[in-house]
Amino acid sequence: MGRRLADLLHGRPRLQVGALLAGPMGWLVVGYLGSLAVLMIAAFWGVDPLSGKLSKSFTGENFKTLANDPVYRDVAWRTIRIALFVTITDIALAFPIAFFMAKIATRRAKAALVVAVLMPLWSGYLVKVYAWRTLLSHDGVLNWALNPIGLHGPSYGLTAIWLVMSYLWLPYMIIPIYAGLERIPDSLLSASEDLGAKPWTTFRRVIVPMAFPAVVAGSIFTFSLTLGDFITPTLVSNTQLIGNVVFSNITNNLPLASAFATVPIVVMVIYLLIARRLGAFEHL
Amino acid sequence: MKRSTNSSVHAARSAWLISGLLIAFLAAFGAGCGSSSSTSSTGSGSTSGVLQKLGKGEGQLNLIEWPGYVEDKWVKPFEQQTGCTVKKKDAGTSDEMVQLMRTGQYDGVSASGNATARLVAGGDVAPVNVDLVPNYKTVFADIKDQPYNTFDGVHYGIPHGRGANLLMWNPNTVKPAPTSWGSILDPKQAAKYKGQISAYDDPIYIADAAVYLKAHQPDLGITNPYELDEKQFNAAVDLLKAQQPNVGEYWSSATKQISSFTNGDDAIGTTWQYQYFALKADGQPVATIPGGQQGFLPTEGATGWSDTWMISSQAAHPNCMYMWMNYVISPKANAQIAEYFGEAPAQSKACGQTSDPSFCSKYHAADPGFWKRVYYWQTPLADCGDDRGSVCMDYNAWVSAWTTIKG
Repeated sequence: MGRRLADLLHGRPRLQVGALLAGPMGWLVVGYLGSLAVLMIAAFWGVDPLSGKLSKSFTGENFKTLANDPVYRDVAWRTIRIALFVTITDIALAFPIAFFMAKIATRRAKAALVVAVLMPLWSGYLVKVYAWRTLLSHDGVLNWALNPIGLHGPSYGLTAIWLVMSYLWLPYMIIPIYAGLERIPDSLLSASEDLGAKPWTTFRRVIVPMAFPAVVAGSIFTFSLTLGDFITPTLVSNTQLIGNVVFSNITNNLPLASAFATVPIVVMVIYLLIARRLGAFEHL
Repeated sequence: MKRSTNSSVHAARSAWLISGLLIAFLAAFGAGCGSSSSTSSTGSGSTSGVLQKLGKGEGQLNLIEWPGYVEDKWVKPFEQQTGCTVKKKDAGTSDEMVQLMRTGQYDGVSASGNATARLVAGGDVAPVNVDLVPNYKTVFADIKDQPYNTFDGVHYGIPHGRGANLLMWNPNTVKPAPTSWGSILDPKQAAKYKGQISAYDDPIYIADAAVYLKAHQPDLGITNPYELDEKQFNAAVDLLKAQQPNVGEYWSSATKQISSFTNGDDAIGTTWQYQYFALKADGQPVATIPGGQQGFLPTEGATGWSDTWMISSQAAHPNCMYMWMNYVISPKANAQIAEYFGEAPAQSKACGQTSDPSFCSKYHAADPGFWKRVYYWQTPLADCGDDRGSVCMDYNAWVSAWTTIKG
């Protein structure tokens, strides 16, 4: 059997590649593109008001609702803002850590740091969010520590969402930047120094341009993960993001939920186009 | 240079390929869905008739439950008595229950009143022949023949437990003890507890505002907090929009509210008996409106829920489902469920079977005066159910208003 299979594949490179890619491509097309297609179609359906059942006839009503009711614009805009803030915060936090890991730390310290960065990913997402919920609560550790010096931690709200999300997605930013910086040869930094560049100039003219694609790769993670999350907002705030509105409508008004779920897709497409424009994918 | 143009041509080609596949899928799914919709519309119309005679158990039973209703403690004896093996599926919300029932894979559901009318209208549940449920006779009279379990005089389920939504507060923070929902709904009073108000995270919470307005703005003419015309509905929604900045947290699960009262985040809000007694048992400082005639209820009365076991119109195991409906309102089992879940039992004889002898009086199980002031959850429909006609806001309007309220 194995022999015959080998004979069949021998000298037929197209068949070989086809057999190799059939599984992953099938998964991509059916599982991923298929569900996206269903989402796109459902966005144009309606709901029967009496029974709440789907009426599968074409209507643009859902998008009209989204456009006309200011609440959906507010929620979308709030979500995008938070995603941007989280991304900027994570870049600011991740860059120094990644730089230290890639260029300064000893081999042993480097290994220890990689483990330390990845460690939070071993524990469950919910455990971490609930931990933050307890930390930020009125009688929580944060207020207990800040009260003696007359300060008060952020209570549940947008600030709390920003803090928790920045914490949650930080490893997804550190690892790509670390990998990107690792690829910059030390000799380039020495050359820059030899040619009289000050450290800041070397950073600006050599490191940043070369690490840029890695930063963009990390930002795609932090941005898209924030855009889709709905559990953190329910646990540490009383506001809603796009995911919350989708979740609260999904059982009762699936078409509207689907229509609103196209917003993050469009935002991500725009984000990726901008990233491409800035040259982030040139070295892929 | 040559290379890069080559690869970009390549990328463009694969992009075209992917979008082509996507379009092909759109077409395929569109066609598939079109044909399935025509079959399902004929399927929902044919409601199977009422069971006339109880047969032998089918050996299996698939249930959708509120977590806590189907537990080993009382399920095991049922399985031994009837030979029906019980499989349960948890539902988190009424919307989810409706969705699950629509799959047709379940025999029954423990539906709250904000799901029942939708299930009946969708043809998802069948009428129940109460003669085949002997324990039904001794169910408290005031939860029989209610608008959420009986439609056009036809019984659509067996009521098995109920509860009121209460006003709870932390007496260390909230002084003096409030007697009205105004403490969290009147914008002036609510501002006193800015960021510490706990509100229920569900569109049905709009009815709480309607109960308050019914008492305080009689000119709106609210008769039933679930049958609101546009003017009444907008008044309730505006009240909740004004409440939003003062809300500390919207709670969707009992545990979330328990944690925010325990950690001092919230000090006052709407709750269920379950959380109140759980917090009290944990030694937390909580209070609700004290005893006497008023019971737990604020002066305006309160919203509440009465849950009903309903049988699917496509039930594969109808005999087992009837045995289950009779079993859950048998005195012993009904007492066990009520105590485990934290609700007032539906079975009048259950009060003699509770492990805590004062359980029924704590939960006002046999106190019709208490329940008269409780407005049980109902599905809001366009048909107001009175001479106003079909001018009321339906549940879809409630759901989208809820999104707007939370902002």
